[in-house]
Amino acid sequence: MTSVNPYLALSAIIFLIGAAGVLTRRNALIIFMCVEMMLNSVNLTLVALSYQWGNLNGHIFVFMIMAVAAAEVAVGLAILIAHQRHTNSTNIDDINLLKW
Amino acid sequence: MSFSIPYLLSVITFLPLLGAVAVLLVPNDAGKRWTALGVSLLTFFISLLLLVGWQDGEAGMQFVENVPWLPAYGLHYALGVDGISLWLVLLTTLLMPIAIYFSNLFVHDEIGPYLALMLALQTSMVGVFVALDMVLFFLFFEFSLIPMYFLIGRWGGQNRLYAAVKFFLYTFTGSALMLVGILAVIGATGTANIAELQGVQLGPNLQTWAFLAFAIALAVKVPIFPLHTWLPDAHVQAPTAGSIILAGVLLKMGTYGYVRFALPLFPDAAARFGPYIAILAVIGILYGALVALVQKDVKSLVAYSSVAHLGFVMLGIFALNEQGISGAVLQMVNHGLSTGALFLMVGLLYERRHTRMLDDFGGLWKSVPIFCGFFLVVAMSSAGLPGLNGFVGEFTILLGMFETQPIFTVLGALGVILAAWYLLTAFRKIAQGPITNPANEAANLPDLSFKEIAMVLPLVILFFIIGLFPNLFFDKINPSVEALTAQMAQRESAVVYQLDAAEMGAYTQEPEAQH
Amino acid sequence: MFDLAWLLFILPAVGVLINLFLGDRMEKLLIGLIASVAVGMSFVIGVMLFVNLLTLPVDARSVTVHLWDWITVGTFSVGASLLLDPLSLTMVLVVTGVGTLIHIYSIAYMEDDERFQRYFIYLNFFIFAMLILVLSDNFLGMFVGWEGVGLASFLLIGFWFDRKDDMYGWYADAGKKAFLVNRIGDFGMIVAMAMIWTTVGTLNFIGVNDAAHHQEFTTAAVNVVCLLLLLGATGKSAQIPLYVWLPDAMAGPTPVSALIHAATMVTAGIYMIARTHGLWYEAAFASMTAATIGALTAFFAASIALVQTDLKKILAYSTISQLGYMLLGVGVGVYGAAIFHLTTHAFFKALLFLAAGSVMHATHGVLDIRRLGGMRDKMPTTSWTFLIGAAALAGLIPFSGFFSKDAILLGALAKAPLLYIIGLAAALMTAFYSFRMFFVTFMGKPRDRELYDHLHESPPLMTVPLWILAGLAIIAGVINLPFVLSMEKFLEPALGAHDAPSLTLEMLALLLSLVVGLFGIVMAYSRYRTQENWVTRMAAPFKPLEPWLQNAYYVDEFYMRFIVNPLRRAATWMADVFDKKIIDGLVNGIGSVTMDLGGWTRSLQNGRIPTYALSLFIGVVAVVIYFIFIG
Repeated sequence: MTSVNPYLALSAIIFLIGAAGVLTRRNALIIFMCVEMMLNSVNLTLVALSYQWGNLNGHIFVFMIMAVAAAEVAVGLAILIAHQRHTNSTNIDDINLLKW
Repeated sequence: MSFSIPYLLSVITFLPLLGAVAVLLVPNDAGKRWTALGVSLLTFFISLLLLVGWQDGEAGMQFVENVPWLPAYGLHYALGVDGISLWLVLLTTLLMPIAIYFSNLFVHDEIGPYLALMLALQTSMVGVFVALDMVLFFLFFEFSLIPMYFLIGRWGGQNRLYAAVKFFLYTFTGSALMLVGILAVIGATGTANIAELQGVQLGPNLQTWAFLAFAIALAVKVPIFPLHTWLPDAHVQAPTAGSIILAGVLLKMGTYGYVRFALPLFPDAAARFGPYIAILAVIGILYGALVALVQKDVKSLVAYSSVAHLGFVMLGIFALNEQGISGAVLQMVNHGLSTGALFLMVGLLYERRHTRMLDDFGGLWKSVPIFCGFFLVVAMSSAGLPGLNGFVGEFTILLGMFETQPIFTVLGALGVILAAWYLLTAFRKIAQGPITNPANEAANLPDLSFKEIAMVLPLVILFFIIGLFPNLFFDKINPSVEALTAQMAQRESAVVYQLDAAEMGAYTQEPEAQH
Repeated sequence: MFDLAWLLFILPAVGVLINLFLGDRMEKLLIGLIASVAVGMSFVIGVMLFVNLLTLPVDARSVTVHLWDWITVGTFSVGASLLLDPLSLTMVLVVTGVGTLIHIYSIAYMEDDERFQRYFIYLNFFIFAMLILVLSDNFLGMFVGWEGVGLASFLLIGFWFDRKDDMYGWYADAGKKAFLVNRIGDFGMIVAMAMIWTTVGTLNFIGVNDAAHHQEFTTAAVNVVCLLLLLGATGKSAQIPLYVWLPDAMAGPTPVSALIHAATMVTAGIYMIARTHGLWYEAAFASMTAATIGALTAFFAASIALVQTDLKKILAYSTISQLGYMLLGVGVGVYGAAIFHLTTHAFFKALLFLAAGSVMHATHGVLDIRRLGGMRDKMPTTSWTFLIGAAALAGLIPFSGFFSKDAILLGALAKAPLLYIIGLAAALMTAFYSFRMFFVTFMGKPRDRELYDHLHESPPLMTVPLWILAGLAIIAGVINLPFVLSMEKFLEPALGAHDAPSLTLEMLALLLSLVVGLFGIVMAYSRYRTQENWVTRMAAPFKPLEPWLQNAYYVDEFYMRFIVNPLRRAATWMADVFDKKIIDGLVNGIGSVTMDLGGWTRSLQNGRIPTYALSLFIGVVAVVIYFIFIG
């Protein structure tokens, strides 16, 4: 039985890369990709732990997360495209409508 | 019961709401007006069935409906009326057609939503008076704010937004406290049913705090001095029909709440805090009257007179005896009729002259004698002239208070002098003296038409009926009030269970089997 | 027969309704006729009831007619019931009798007024309310009439609500003042009623009198109750300190002054005290207070009347003064005498007012006696009847005023000699000003030639009531002649008996009254007819008082300055400062503090996504650190 530690470490690294990307990048599309990375790192953790404990709950969660991620991307991209058509930009510094 | 109509109270309560929907659906304005008037009149006639089916001498709830709502939390859709609420329901159903008819005659701006809001308001008002479940009561109580907010904020005068927001926030802040009180009581007893709660004894600590929560919330609604400042603003800014309903019915929700909850649920706390509330009531009587005396806007004069009149009602309630409470219940109806009629008269005047400043009038008795004749009768009713309705209520209240605490009667009776002073001052400035402004000449100022007389006349007839035959009303009020005072007296002498756990939600005692 | 007693006050009410709803389409004469007939029929019924009562044995002369239960709340119960006894029926006869005459007189007097219809509606309404007042068998029912007549008085004083002159200011204000001052008295009544019910559990007159008789009140309580009732009486009957409304009430039409402000309404306070005599028997202190107030009012009001120059004002102060006598009478316990004086006063004072009205009718409103004079030649009826009234007022034998006033003074002499002396002094002044009025107005030479030339005697509709009242003013004294027709004896079932003073005392009082009355008349004659200056010399020491008298001791100014204006100022302060600045300032303050707080926290929300993401991230890290290292 192999150790799951390397997988957890890898997932932590991917998560941090994703988080750093979300916080620092300005292009909304890249931010989306970074969010996907964070989600997938969590998926990796779940699969690894599921393997370690020998039950399938983790796998089920992974499918759940993938479904949510897909839905989120669909909605998010739709908003993004609408915004891009409106302002001709994908720079999130231009978006501060959340204030209102 | 000699005959019964199933779900009579539900019909009375929700028919106006259906009417509101119908008003929105009907296409043209004329149709909307007729629909609204028809629905409110129909509701009034249906509500008269309450009198037909009434069991005389019965103290408890009648026409009871009880359907589980959220049984897990002990909540029921429970309706019923007793002698205390009966006349308030009828007052509401009577004033509404008058208010709507007035609006039909004089409001031309987006009449559809206006009438729909009025009808929705009626549902919430009747609901407050017939709800037997505390949470249901609270629901109706709060819901009444919404239509009123829009009526003031959309159709009001110059400063309407300020008034509407002030009205809403003032009342809402109080209500938040009441919700806490309601939850505490439900937590302690496990039931929200008012009838069941009548027999429950609450611990002294819970009584104190819950009473204060209720008292403050209701005090804003009544309003008791010094929480009254929303009232003049709301009244001055509200459209006439809104003022009629606001003074006529909405304020009664507060006083009704005291009789329905504060006294039976927390009798010891009520006895303890009664004198303080009575002091505030007396201050309200004198203060309201004096401030009314120097108002220049006749509507704000009437608004401050409401503060004084409601002071009388509070004085009666906290006399904590039969004369006081029965008088207070009757006085609620009296105030609804008199002040409603006063606002109606002021509204009729405003629609003619588009001003409410006392100094703009004078000598109207010459140009519009019918108007002034009615105005005099209404003012006298409000001033408590014996033979008219106001006196019967005021006198029984003062009588009741004299037994409890004579000094409050003496001070309250001073308010009778002041009431005559400000009302006669208004009458003097409007109706008497010479005509100084050409706009007040008979040629420029039409007297009341038949339609307008038709609105005022029912109220004036009721002034006389209540003034001369108040027993028609007391016969139905007395048994319920008698039961209330008997129960309070019994409770004061009984051992109060010292249950500290009550505050933490322990159910204290089985409801007594007497219901 | 007694069951029909409700017709007494229903008839005027029907008159009100007919004239109110149908009056628009009727001739003036018909309106006046309907109103007069309504009251006249009441009078006829009153007479029938009176006769019926006389057929009953003396101790059964108290009949209660229950109409309906008025207010019932718990143990408090009060009925709409009538009490028919000698006292109430005497009052009914006075009210409807004098009332009918004044209604008839008014038809001619008000002939040219544009609001003729309204006038008769008010007048009938007044009779209606006044009858309720005197017929009710309990305090609360009486109070209905009590305030009802107040309303009628308000409406009739301010009848010409769009007029103003130098003497009264706006007439409407005079009406308002009357109602408000009366309300102060009503305050006393309300508290007294509450106290009576709380103590003895009934508001029924007979019950309360019995309870007082059986000592159910403590001495202190009964005195407090009576002082509160006295406050009510001083309001309605225009006594110190609340008399100030009556002089202004003369702004109303003169027949109104005759009916309401001389003959009937103002006597309600006296009636009420007589009605509740059971309480007053027990309340020695309150009775003495009432007697003192009565005597002082009689004295001061008479002194003011000495120097007034307006005929109606003189009569107004004279009314206040005469009411003072009545209060003195009830105060010293001679209730029968007080009611007797009430009756005779109703006749001769109504007569004087109506005669003054007749003068006014001829002069088109001028009543300043300095402009009148010599009217005897042109208005013989008015002059003669006025003379009879003045003689009765002055207390000249054998006119009615002599007997009734003497009966009161006799009671005072037996009980409180000091008050008797004050009363006697007032009687001197009364005699003087009565004949001053007569001599200056009707005798001598005309002072205003143009006015004089237009004078004419009034029409028969006015002079016939004058003659009837004059006849009554002469003979009414007979109804209380000892051993002949004793009114006091007749009233005993309602008022209780009291010991008659000794015959010597009676003779002494009689003689003194006569001398004083005659001396007053001689003084007036010397001063105003023969212009002898001994009267002026005698009055010289009192000369500095004259401005005080002319301005009625500045009482009105005092009230304005120390009560009304401070109250108004306080009210203004409350409305403009306390309400708007302090309470509302607090409310709006809470609002703006909340808004400021919101504005400050809002600046944290800059709307940039990375900021939100960063704060989210920091938050997560903080939670994680908490759980790993601390939690």
